[in-house]
Amino acid sequence: MEPFRQHTGLVVPLDRANVDTDAIIPKQFLKSIKRTGFGANAFDEWRYMDHGEPGMDNSKRSLNPNFVLNQSRYQGATILLTRKNFGCGSSREHAPWALQQFGFKVIIAPSYADIFFNNCYKNGLLPIVLSEVEVDHLFNIVAATNGLKLSVDLELQIVDVPNAETYKFQVEDSRKQSLLNGWDEIGRTLRHNEKIKAYEAARAVREPWIFNS
Amino acid sequence: MVSGKGADVAAHKYRATCIIIDSLPQSIDHMVNMPLTLYDKLWNAHLVHEEMDGTVLIYIDRHLVHEVTSPQAFEGLEINGRKLWRLKSIVATADHNVPTTSRAEGIADPTSRLQIETLDKNIEKFGVQDYFGMHDARQGIVHVIGPEQGATLPGMTVVCGDSHTSTHGAFAALAFGIGTSEVEHVMATQCLVARKSKSLLIRVEGKVGRGVTAKDIVLAIIGKIGTAGGTGHAIEFAGSAIRALSMEGRMTVCNLAIEAGARAGMVAADEKTIEYLKGRPFSPKGEMFARAATHWKTLHSDAGATFDRVVDLDAASITPQVTWGTSPEMVTSIDGTVPQPTKESDPVKREAMERALLYMGLNPGTPMAEIPIDKVFIGSCTNSRIEDLRAAAGVVRGRHIAANVKLAMVVAGSGLVKRQAEAEGLDKVFVAAGFEWREPGCSMCLGMNDDRLSPGERCASTSNRNFEGRQGAGGRTHLVSPEMAAAAAIAGRFADVRQIL
Repeated sequence: MEPFRQHTGLVVPLDRANVDTDAIIPKQFLKSIKRTGFGANAFDEWRYMDHGEPGMDNSKRSLNPNFVLNQSRYQGATILLTRKNFGCGSSREHAPWALQQFGFKVIIAPSYADIFFNNCYKNGLLPIVLSEVEVDHLFNIVAATNGLKLSVDLELQIVDVPNAETYKFQVEDSRKQSLLNGWDEIGRTLRHNEKIKAYEAARAVREPWIFNS
Repeated sequence: MVSGKGADVAAHKYRATCIIIDSLPQSIDHMVNMPLTLYDKLWNAHLVHEEMDGTVLIYIDRHLVHEVTSPQAFEGLEINGRKLWRLKSIVATADHNVPTTSRAEGIADPTSRLQIETLDKNIEKFGVQDYFGMHDARQGIVHVIGPEQGATLPGMTVVCGDSHTSTHGAFAALAFGIGTSEVEHVMATQCLVARKSKSLLIRVEGKVGRGVTAKDIVLAIIGKIGTAGGTGHAIEFAGSAIRALSMEGRMTVCNLAIEAGARAGMVAADEKTIEYLKGRPFSPKGEMFARAATHWKTLHSDAGATFDRVVDLDAASITPQVTWGTSPEMVTSIDGTVPQPTKESDPVKREAMERALLYMGLNPGTPMAEIPIDKVFIGSCTNSRIEDLRAAAGVVRGRHIAANVKLAMVVAGSGLVKRQAEAEGLDKVFVAAGFEWREPGCSMCLGMNDDRLSPGERCASTSNRNFEGRQGAGGRTHLVSPEMAAAAAIAGRFADVRQIL
């Protein structure tokens, strides 16, 4: 995983609550057996006028001019500002893959669905939680300021609005270290392989049927 | 209705039990005086390692695998030269992409076919033994076949790259959905890096009325607490109305825990749990079963155990439910009407309601029972078990689907459910009523195969998500129980099943 330390980028506001992972990447694109190639189909049903299917030349499809990601002032956005319970629904990791491959590095919202939140960290995509009031405020600033860029510093746990306030955000230390260092989590867990084996041995005494069935 | 307790108490309780389990895991129940929740017991029994910040490694007993979320995980193992940690923990099947029409013809869609062929190859390459492939008589939806095979047992941790893994919590298991990176992590280490959730007790006391099912109970719960109401929590469903449910009904309730935002939902083990598991292929046998059952009987929350939050519902007040919008929390009673967004004070919610009504093609104030439907889908990991099919067949027996219903289909959850239903003659009841009787799989719950809604089509569906485009681009989904879906098929519009039974 690529380490994440700081990022400065253009913000796009997606003013909807409960954006589900079916909306982020529709099911027909889940048939891929690869980890890449999802960016062009992020928010497919909202982004394009026609119905998307795998294998289409997306550059030839007409874009929905009303969808915020298609508006010229937000082209090249790398920070997604959105509302509560973002990423609800299915566990598909294709959702953070699609967002990341679209170009997002950071998401800012008041809350996320648990599985999606977890999946973001596994891919070096930073989901920042700010309060509803702070998020509301950011929506107002973004609307009022063309080309607004925010700076995010994971080490310091801050979101910096140029010439204005700085917001502090919380992140669990283990998640932070993992992102800062771009750790291979499996490799780190395997350092405990003796402990895992010892657990299995003890458990097999307590509940042997677990290992027989 | 909602009561809380200090986070400090929870942290203290958690820490105390961790230290003990590290040294003497087998004696935990005797050494801790504090009453524990079912979730505490399951969590404590699976702790392998704890970091300073409270992050832990928890051990995973059962790993269910399907074709959609596993190819990248298998590939990751291969690239890094890693093996499966415990081969026997894996039970795999092909469910999302399989056709529900005749299997002999194979899969027409090349991308769907490739995904299933990739699973076939990975199973062979990694040596997985318990695979219920597309042509196996026991194939089915992963959340139906796990319990059916006895592969889901009380006291287990069960994971799968699928959010509806919460279903297995019906067996007093800690079961939750994971992403593909975590699928790979479990494959390679048999563990997950995890943090303990808060606990939420949902008590449903009393007796439900006639025609009110497990599905109505859980939709009413989601209507009450919202789709993010359980976020960050593990839910325990309890109370006399939950106890009264069959194992199938409990699975339906736990299945929808994720639609309330909770990764895990669970129900304490009891005699019904034990009875269900007797004689199943993966269940322990003979003396070992008796020993296991003794342990399983301890898998309940202790009297006096504290939860971070408690929500109470009165079973008698729950009516047959129908969703009207594009989120499972947008739900009302069959005798209700489409709500009026202008009455909503929260602007974000109001806008979501307006957008949902536009998408659903509904006007505020329309009685739910006057909304005509185009299609009916009885199936999915929520409602495709034998009891669901019996209940739906009970409604359609001797009747016929309405002329305006273009397609009504029944998709059994597994090959074994289908066979059982056929042995009981349920297939004939459905076919005589004008339903199509299909092969098992996820089918129109999410339409990864050819079973989809066309734009604008309205469906009475026993599935779990009414999101925009979920059952097909532009399709309009209304979530209901199997009995209510059957009643809608007969009436050609939503209908109160209590007036038909």
